[in-house]
Amino acid sequence: MTTGLIFACAGAILFTMGVAGVMLLDHLLRRILAFNLMGSGVFLVLVGLAQRAGNPDPVPQAMVITGIVVAVAATALALALARRLFTLSGGYTLPETPDD
Amino acid sequence: MKPLKHLTLILAASAFAALLIAAMFALPPPTVNLAASVAADMDRSGTAHPVTAVLLNFRGYDTLLEIGVLLLALLVVLAVSPREQHAGSAAAEPVLQMLARIAVPLMLLAAGYLLWAGAYRPGGAFQAGAVLGAAAVLLFLAGLLPGWNAPTLRLRWGLAGGFLVFLAVAAALLGQGALLRYPPEAAGALILLIEAALTVSLGLILAGLFLFLS
Amino acid sequence: MTDPLAWLILLPLFWATGAFLLGPGRGARLAIAGVAVQLWLAFALAAKVGAGGTAPAGSAASMGTAIKHAIGGWGAPLGIDLAADGLTAVMLLLTQGVALPLLLFARGYFAGDSAAVRYFWPLTGFLLAGFNALFLAADLFNLYVTLELVGLAAVGMVAMSGTAAQIAAALRYLFATLIGSGMYLLGVALIYGAYGTVSIVTLTPLVNADAPTAVKIAGGLMLLGLMLKTALFPFHYWLPPAHGGAPAPVSALLSALVVKASFYLILRLWTGPFAPLADAVAWLPALLGSAAILWGSWQAIRAVRLKMLVAWSTVAQLGYLFLIFPLLGADGLALQAGGMQVVAHGLAKAAMFAAVGVLIHVTGRDAVADVAGAASRMPVTLFAFGLAGVTLMGLPPSGGFLAKWLLIEAALAQGQWWMVAVILSGGLLAAVYVFRVLRQAFLLVPNERRHRFAKSAPLLEWMAFALAAASVLVGLRGMEIVRLLGAVA
Repeated sequence: MTTGLIFACAGAILFTMGVAGVMLLDHLLRRILAFNLMGSGVFLVLVGLAQRAGNPDPVPQAMVITGIVVAVAATALALALARRLFTLSGGYTLPETPDD
Repeated sequence: MKPLKHLTLILAASAFAALLIAAMFALPPPTVNLAASVAADMDRSGTAHPVTAVLLNFRGYDTLLEIGVLLLALLVVLAVSPREQHAGSAAAEPVLQMLARIAVPLMLLAAGYLLWAGAYRPGGAFQAGAVLGAAAVLLFLAGLLPGWNAPTLRLRWGLAGGFLVFLAVAAALLGQGALLRYPPEAAGALILLIEAALTVSLGLILAGLFLFLS
Repeated sequence: MTDPLAWLILLPLFWATGAFLLGPGRGARLAIAGVAVQLWLAFALAAKVGAGGTAPAGSAASMGTAIKHAIGGWGAPLGIDLAADGLTAVMLLLTQGVALPLLLFARGYFAGDSAAVRYFWPLTGFLLAGFNALFLAADLFNLYVTLELVGLAAVGMVAMSGTAAQIAAALRYLFATLIGSGMYLLGVALIYGAYGTVSIVTLTPLVNADAPTAVKIAGGLMLLGLMLKTALFPFHYWLPPAHGGAPAPVSALLSALVVKASFYLILRLWTGPFAPLADAVAWLPALLGSAAILWGSWQAIRAVRLKMLVAWSTVAQLGYLFLIFPLLGADGLALQAGGMQVVAHGLAKAAMFAAVGVLIHVTGRDAVADVAGAASRMPVTLFAFGLAGVTLMGLPPSGGFLAKWLLIEAALAQGQWWMVAVILSGGLLAAVYVFRVLRQAFLLVPNERRHRFAKSAPLLEWMAFALAAASVLVGLRGMEIVRLLGAVA
């Protein structure tokens, strides 16, 4: 078992934890953190799995940098929306969906 | 009802993780070796560091779009933060202010170094921009920089300038036959130009994501 | 220098940034001029693709024979390629063709409302750049970036100047779209790990030769993530509040185009690299699609609010797109049906949201009951709504009719009788919700005490009408679209 594969396995676990978190948690900040956990998991799989034979590969490393910037953008957007919701409704949880 | 739903989902997620890990262990070695192609074309890429070469040359188009995503996020932050109220600065703490006055010039220096180092070792525009953004946030927290209101024209140019430079270079290089096709002899200079412009804009954007919300 | 592939992506990015720098007034003019040029570029590209000769549609809809643009001059798999075939050309034409009238509509709709929509124009620019880049992409990781560009721009437009309900809808949409793209990206990571490349052209033969379990998981993750982004039943929960709550021009862009982008990607992957794995699960999207048609239509019939009715109708109409998957065969009928449905529904739904936007603007209310008697005040708008309804119901000679006709033909060719029943009952249910609105507008007399109609703007009414007319007339030019769908350069 190489270091790359260890990273990839950790990534797989983080990803599933993150997805479950986004789906199950109520507090918006927790859900945003869970989304980041999910993203980090994917990045670990991307670099770890590609370099499982032990030789460095710059292509997935560059992809992860791109992915991190996209994740930063998405996180900032989510935080801005969460704050706006807090200003308007006074809470950090989404209301139950109305039927109509 | 709810605990049952949670339990099912957690069990399903664990089963999925186990399946995924087993599948990853069973993978044969990959067929295509891109690392070798990158190494083979490094001398035509205009930079000495493979990750920078992939980011700004081989897969530079991804990077172009990704700066677009970041700028877009800033626009959304601006759109959902109405600006009637305030923009006050945080409370002034003398010790923090003194530390900030010492740290910020050093951070500017570090950002310049990171930008330059990107050509031959880990570093580059993002890392440098992140340090610049952090410097602005530090100044805000120390009460030395007010939160930002709706951006003035000058600030808008600063935020969008890096992206525009990148776009303009990409479009101009269509004259070479393809988007972002750097002529090998000019590649180094053009990449440095893009990275320098991006560093400033990324610093402002990352600072803006914090300061427009504050 | 005038390569349409590159400029279709660069141009919206340029005017999006320009609109941000210049502010909403001049930004709007810049945006409209930009989209007009993009429409011309899309036509130029379609002509180029169409001139390249045709093959039986579907059978050759692979990226291998498309018009290519190797970014950076490196070529896949080291660099990133852009590629355009008939399906790409149709999607690009639809996108610019829907966007141009909608932007003219938006300029009138948002007039005098400058603070609220300061960022509408730059966000639209990024959204359109995202679409064009997505349709042209031939690289799985690049596709991820374009998916995020489209998704985040769409979320931003839902949230723009929002009330608490709109922000909540935007957040729900954001989490759905982020989980969707996260699953997609994990799929990409597994594929890169398995083969060492993410270029679709390079991948296709490799997946055909050998697909280990990790690749099958990757395919499943990507399909699931994209179905979530396309709001296929039962993942549709985020769509009605997001599309029903946004301002009318935004709802129109979202319902007409955004959900089609992820569908396009499913279709592209399904007929491309994942074709060898797809047959085993082809019934799943079709079953979910049938459920979407019935459930979405039923909710549209029950909806109290006008925009919710139109949004639920989107859930239903998306269902038709997923019926094609078990039918994708050598005759190419199913692919033509899918392409035709995307075009017809895109135009019709843009028209319908625009018409509803005018109705709400004029009556000042958003309930189906409040349009009573509106027909005498706004005949053009109601006519537009009716024409768009004709397309959704699938009556001749509309584009919707042609799409459903092709779909039924494909289903019969493979003996799938149950699908014909679903398609026909979907059309009947659509008739019920469309006539619910028309009946109010034409037959019922307004309660004068409650209703005070504002003046309507002719430009808005005629833009809605133009889109609706296009959705019907596209049926008459249907054979050209069908031919283009099968074109290879």
